[in-house]
Amino acid sequence: MQIQKWFQQHKNHIALVSGLLIAGAYGGHWFGLPNGFMNSLLVMASIIGAIPIMLQAYQALKVKVISIDLLVSIAVIGAFIIGEYHESAIVTWLFLFGGFLEQQTLKKTRESIRFLAAMAPQTAVKIVGPDQFKTVAVDEIAVGNQVLVRAGAQVPVDGQVVAGTGYVNEASITGEAQLITKSIGAAVYSGSVVDNGTITVVANQVGDDTAFAKIIELVEDAQDSQSTAERFIDRFATYYTPAVLVLAILIGLVTRDFKLAITILVLGCPGALVIGAPVSIVAGIGNGAKNGVLIKGGEVVNTMAGVDTVIFDKTGTLTQGKMTVAQVTSFTADKNAALAIAAAVERQSDHPLAQAIVTYVAQQSLAATPKITDSQTVKGLGIQAVIGQQTVRIGRAKLLTQAGIVLTQDQMRAIDGAQKAGQSIVLVAIDQQLALLIGVADTLKPDAAEMVTALQQNGVKRLMLLTGDHDQTARNIAQAVGIPEYHANLLPAEKVVFVKKAQAQGQTVAFVGDGINDSPSLATADIGIAMGAGTDVAIETSDIVLMQSTLTELVKAKQLTRRTARNLRQNIVIAIGTVALLLVGLILGKVQMASGMLVHELSILVVILNAMRLIK
Amino acid sequence: MAKLVMQLDELSCPSCLQKIEAAVEQQVGVKTVKVLFNASKVKTEYDETATNPEQLAQVVTNLGYTVQNIKVK
Repeated sequence: MQIQKWFQQHKNHIALVSGLLIAGAYGGHWFGLPNGFMNSLLVMASIIGAIPIMLQAYQALKVKVISIDLLVSIAVIGAFIIGEYHESAIVTWLFLFGGFLEQQTLKKTRESIRFLAAMAPQTAVKIVGPDQFKTVAVDEIAVGNQVLVRAGAQVPVDGQVVAGTGYVNEASITGEAQLITKSIGAAVYSGSVVDNGTITVVANQVGDDTAFAKIIELVEDAQDSQSTAERFIDRFATYYTPAVLVLAILIGLVTRDFKLAITILVLGCPGALVIGAPVSIVAGIGNGAKNGVLIKGGEVVNTMAGVDTVIFDKTGTLTQGKMTVAQVTSFTADKNAALAIAAAVERQSDHPLAQAIVTYVAQQSLAATPKITDSQTVKGLGIQAVIGQQTVRIGRAKLLTQAGIVLTQDQMRAIDGAQKAGQSIVLVAIDQQLALLIGVADTLKPDAAEMVTALQQNGVKRLMLLTGDHDQTARNIAQAVGIPEYHANLLPAEKVVFVKKAQAQGQTVAFVGDGINDSPSLATADIGIAMGAGTDVAIETSDIVLMQSTLTELVKAKQLTRRTARNLRQNIVIAIGTVALLLVGLILGKVQMASGMLVHELSILVVILNAMRLIK
Repeated sequence: MAKLVMQLDELSCPSCLQKIEAAVEQQVGVKTVKVLFNASKVKTEYDETATNPEQLAQVVTNLGYTVQNIKVK
């Protein structure tokens, strides 16, 4: 057993030695050394090169698998017997060297997943007693254990902060390289990095159960989950290799041409055919993972490439899923001063509309400095406060009219317009004058409109918006994004009906959503696409996850799967074309054993290089 | 029924995959085997009364592949 391992590990060195011997043999021949010298070197090269191949063949045979190695082994022995030392030496060398090249190029296609896996935390600082710490391997941390994470270190588990405060970078989970403050009670995830501060975390999920480990597993499984085309080729290859063996024996027996028989063995090796489809899938899925698009398998790639109908959920999918200020209309001379007052008052409230205004004002770099002397909430209408000598009222129109404030025609029109645009309206009155009209809405994601055009350029013919929201809001969003078809006031089960209807019309449907209520549609659609910021249920049910929840990633997913599917088809054509070409060459007597092997190895390289284009 | 994941040194030939799959599958007590070619991992479900992780790892080692680590779930 040790011998095999040794040969396995030194295959590349053996290829090198064998290559040098062959070079020496031909070099000697060129310098006019006797034929005996050349032949003895070639014999040595053949033997050295054949040993690892034969060992592999024997191992496979022991578990009843007829492998490519067996075909090559028999061919080499055959060539040896009839004294074709050139052939035997060159074929073994090409086979080994081809394996080496495959290994090198595969490394490239596998890089993205290796990169992900390398980001997984390895060690943790376990708290073993009061002020007693011990650095251990992450595997030794159990649920309930407490770990200390210092600045610069990775959080080793999924858990909750129980002491300390830190700025955490969660880029490995969300793809968003932003520092988030985490203090007591906050959830932290394995793989994120504490940039500043020190936190103590109690473990809720460890090892393979962490969100990060699951992402890695998802990608790994996806890269190796086969598409229908791949499965077909796999099955084909299993029968193909023994069939080639039988064919070679038959031809040898019938024609009595021993050389022809062994040439068939070499030419029959199903190299590019076996590797062509998987490398495309691996490169494609790897590229996706690097760019925040998790594709759960080879089959998903093919189906997504053929999607012609995309159905969207609204909230959290096309829109941000949170209230933000959409417009501010000012009826006063100093708009900024009024905004500062509004923010100061609204800070008293945790109402979503109030918070949207506070956030907005902070983003405008205005300080909400005015001092409030008195404030009271008017239930269902808004808030009333006193700042210095001024009385400030913020809320619905009724709050103002009740206080005897009269709105002008212009102001009424502005309010009407904002309402039509689907905004919630907050009015700010200072003393008896309306100062500001603030429209708050769940705003569109910034990349929504471009996304529609990009999808249409990539083979999507029908776009649809389905929402549980009102008709007015749905229409506004659909128009703003450029989606012609929308249906509002829908229950989760009714969304499914629309998905099924489209499928019944022969369309391949992708559903994009984020909520638990979207899960039935995600599962029903040919491809379910979940937003990474969405619920766990949606992510589990989906076929593709957009980690940063952007619509640009959706376009990327569509483009990438199309490119990957095309690449896969090209590789299959290259592989089958090579075999056909070699067969024709053989019939015409143009292909020899060594040149056949060379073409084979080249075709393997060509399919891998072709797949590598997908990495960029 | 237990689940075992073996991490191997990098796999580079598709026929290695066939071999490992066939060899592990033929072991008594092994229900399912999946070799992840790109991740270079062997995932298998087995009956813990009929076989054990060490024995299964030995099968892979005997084929000439290095088992870096084993994880039982």
